[in-house]
Amino acid sequence: MNLCLKLSVWMLALLGAGAVYAQSELSYDTNSSFLKWPEHIYMGEPAGVAHNSKGHIFIYTRTGSVNASTGTSRTFVRGGTRLFEFDQNGNYVREIGQDIYGFVWAENVRVDPQDNIWAVDSGSNMVIKFDPQGRITMLFGRKPESATIPTMPPESRPAPNANAFGGRGPGAGVLGDNFGSPADVSWDAAGNIFVADGHGTGGNARIAKFDKDGRFVKTWGSYGSGEGQFNTPHAIAVDAKGNVYVADRGNRRIQVFDNDGNFKTQYTGIGSPMAMCITPGPHQYLFASNSNDAGNYDNGEIYKLELDGTVLGKFGSAGKGPKQFGTVHAMDCQSENELYVGEVLNWRVQRVTLHPGGGKSSK
Amino acid sequence: MTRNLGICGFVTGLLLFSGVACGQNQIPPRPSAYATAPDIPFTSVPNFIKLPAGLYLGEGIGVASNSKGHLFVFTRSGRTRLFEFDRTGEFVREMGDGLYAFEMAHGVRVDPQDNIWVVDEGSNMIVEFNPQGRVIMTLGRKPEAGGGRLFATPPNGAPPPPAQPYFFNRPTDLAWDPAGDIFVADGYGNSRIVKYDKNGVFIKAVGTKGKEPLQFDTPHTIAADAQGNIYVGDRGNRRIQVLDNDLNLKKIIDNVGAPWAICISQGPHQYLYASNSNPDSSDSRYFPVSGEIYKMELDGTVLGKFGTPGKLLGEFSTTHWIDCRHENELLISEITSWRVQKILLHPSTASARASK
Repeated sequence: MNLCLKLSVWMLALLGAGAVYAQSELSYDTNSSFLKWPEHIYMGEPAGVAHNSKGHIFIYTRTGSVNASTGTSRTFVRGGTRLFEFDQNGNYVREIGQDIYGFVWAENVRVDPQDNIWAVDSGSNMVIKFDPQGRITMLFGRKPESATIPTMPPESRPAPNANAFGGRGPGAGVLGDNFGSPADVSWDAAGNIFVADGHGTGGNARIAKFDKDGRFVKTWGSYGSGEGQFNTPHAIAVDAKGNVYVADRGNRRIQVFDNDGNFKTQYTGIGSPMAMCITPGPHQYLFASNSNDAGNYDNGEIYKLELDGTVLGKFGSAGKGPKQFGTVHAMDCQSENELYVGEVLNWRVQRVTLHPGGGKSSK
Repeated sequence: MTRNLGICGFVTGLLLFSGVACGQNQIPPRPSAYATAPDIPFTSVPNFIKLPAGLYLGEGIGVASNSKGHLFVFTRSGRTRLFEFDRTGEFVREMGDGLYAFEMAHGVRVDPQDNIWVVDEGSNMIVEFNPQGRVIMTLGRKPEAGGGRLFATPPNGAPPPPAQPYFFNRPTDLAWDPAGDIFVADGYGNSRIVKYDKNGVFIKAVGTKGKEPLQFDTPHTIAADAQGNIYVGDRGNRRIQVLDNDLNLKKIIDNVGAPWAICISQGPHQYLYASNSNPDSSDSRYFPVSGEIYKMELDGTVLGKFGTPGKLLGEFSTTHWIDCRHENELLISEITSWRVQKILLHPSTASARASK
């Protein structure tokens, strides 16, 4: 490699976008047919996928249709989202939460260390905790009683009032669990609950922390691009030390906070993180998906990082074929080399196996 | 009328939009009775309600017991549904599955003949089921399907249309006097109390929206005592208005917070319960000033209080309904926890403690 080329590589590495293309490609395979669906049950968009300690797989999916009905002067909305459980071999086990009030628009599902199943629904503004038997044991947020029929499209609605939320800024939310289109949930080792809430200018842009008994502890963040501000905090994960990683999708970065919400650092150069997860075990890794927009096949690669932000490599690209990804919305880290990846555009969950040592270095 | 909208994202956008429209209200102080009301020891029966696999409660909107101790739970599940459980909490059956009036549950009561009455604020209807579960009377009428339109939400502050004798506007609750006359709290849209005879014939109505005596700001809950007096939980005005049987004002009780749910026990000595529920806005700033339930004499003398807001067993997440057939055995349903708790009060231990 001559000096000129070395300099070029350095310059590329210094540029954010350049860094993306300088990462090594990780070798991987996928299996997209391991889930055995019963007749007459279909997956829709798999918004969330998670596994429990037995290796059972939970899929929270947008399927069927949201229905609206008119009572008096109001319009009520229900349905359109279901939660399914499969065993470690992909055999169908059961449905959980049939026809419940809070299943409207699936956003994510996660399983905590005690095998409780947590569904995050941005249509009902709720986070719903099921015990391992599938019974509801705790609720956060409340579904709006009725849907407001807006008289203008979302893009022409007025911007949020800067003095909203007690002067804490647009998107800062109430001091409690009244969410605005929440996206994801995670826990620290003490069982404290962290909710990424929520989606862009129409929803909230904050993190809310609760203790293990569901008591509100604090909230941080508002809509914006500064440190500790968010533009669609779309995924959240907590490491073994209690640090909080937030996929700040609209700002194309991952922000890292301590357990009290103090900003520590941020990682860029990994695109727009739509989905994110942290692996279990003594050496933890961070995976983040730079998912393609539904309207194009740009990007689509998934990054593997050390928790300190060092990018170890990437794999995948947007598309419909095997080993390709169609707008990854769900990602579950089973281990350093085993992931479940759910794609909005392709209505499928792929089991991804990375082959360490088989990686090809970029030239 | 149920219609498939097809474009799910559109609907999600609507919900999302309404979800962020919540304002920041002034936090009210603790009710004045709180400081002096003694605490009543109580326990919550764990795992009381037992549901079959695949069946879930939604928002615990209403619960009422009949003379056999069976309980009827009216819930906002995926649909609005009515379930019956026996006295041990075992599931018995569903009633009114797919009923035309089941749109948005608001209340359920059981009359002295064990008929089950439900109040639906989505269809503007009150429906009476006999003990076998068949519909035997209806009050109000669900608006006809709007010619293929979805209803636009009326602008804030728009005056409601004039109240009509036989139509409701988001009714909330009902009660009966010993003669069987029916008293309806109506409701979010209208702000009045309506009296019908036992055959459903209109007798009279009182109340408009406002803060003056005999005005109401969301009459949310209603109960009658054995003398036929009517107790109205005037939630938005944070008071209970007590009316005589002809709907004349007798008394105002204004020291127990915002009465989301009230209930009068049966038996020769009746008691009045009222819940100063933490609001469903889930704003944690309300937690230090709300969530408790008061026990009173019918004249408003506060005998004690119990409960705090929260999500755990024995805590209350926006109490929406109380059934108090028995003085010390209450059934309590909550909006923001989808459950019904059976609460056992232990007042004897309280008086023992107080006597020391």
